[in-house]
Amino acid sequence: MLIRPKAGILDPQGQAVERALPALGFEGVANVHVGRLIELDVEDASQVPQMCERLLANPLIEDYEVVQIGDAPVRAEPAPSRTTEEAA
Amino acid sequence: MKFGVVRFPGSCDEVDALMACRRFAEADLLWHGDSDLSGIDAVVVPGGFSYGDYLRVGAIARFSPLMESVIEFARAGGPVLGICNGFQVLCEAGLLPGALLPNNSLRFVCRQVEVAVENPDTPFTRACDQGELLSIPVKHTTGRYYAPPGTLPDEQVVLRYAPGHNPNGSMDDVAGVCNEAGNVMGLMPHPEHAVDPLTGSADGGRLFESLAMVPVA
Repeated sequence: MLIRPKAGILDPQGQAVERALPALGFEGVANVHVGRLIELDVEDASQVPQMCERLLANPLIEDYEVVQIGDAPVRAEPAPSRTTEEAA
Repeated sequence: MKFGVVRFPGSCDEVDALMACRRFAEADLLWHGDSDLSGIDAVVVPGGFSYGDYLRVGAIARFSPLMESVIEFARAGGPVLGICNGFQVLCEAGLLPGALLPNNSLRFVCRQVEVAVENPDTPFTRACDQGELLSIPVKHTTGRYYAPPGTLPDEQVVLRYAPGHNPNGSMDDVAGVCNEAGNVMGLMPHPEHAVDPLTGSADGGRLFESLAMVPVA
């Protein structure tokens, strides 16, 4: 999920980055916005928009976009157990 | 009259809030994992960093078992006051309009501010006069109030930062809002830190005093 500040809401973090880039000599940069990325494995991808609406994003102030990487159903398998010796 | 003050993992102002409440009525702490509000006449959701502020401020606290009860209590008309992080939690819970965004300055601010009472006709401000100025500290990083256009009627603005005192870039200098019914209020300043002249101001006590005047059902 890509979660971004909604258009039109002041994004001081984006502005700060936008001001910092020319200071390093990178010119021609505009419309910088800083959001966040949430990665997860999910068995039923149809649940993801609800997850975003109810918890992962705040739709009053943020837009979200769901990007599916691979379409194979994700199977929950227990992680291989590690012995103390291996862990050490 | 008995206050219940919520304690989440990461709360840090719940003891000051408890002490502030006890100046005017009985008060007990409520643990976030419980769900029993029996005997409680008013709930205070205090400041701090509930659940580490993970994901978004207030986003995870909103789903704690106690908050489910607080939401039910509020929908039944019970008075609920959210302070700072508590304000953020009540917005996330949908009990108050709007949301809190990072301060314009992107910096933590900690200073005494003056707020004007815009609406003295609420259970939280009935001890105050219209336009009365209260001197109360703010201390937060995520306090810029925002409500989408048309979602915050004027009468729901309870407190406004006095001219020149807006510490965070809040829309229209909004410092505290209530819900449509008037029984839920949130504010970014910390009235619980301003209840004794020893620490600079006792003005914050007016809010707890107002709540203690609520007739017990």
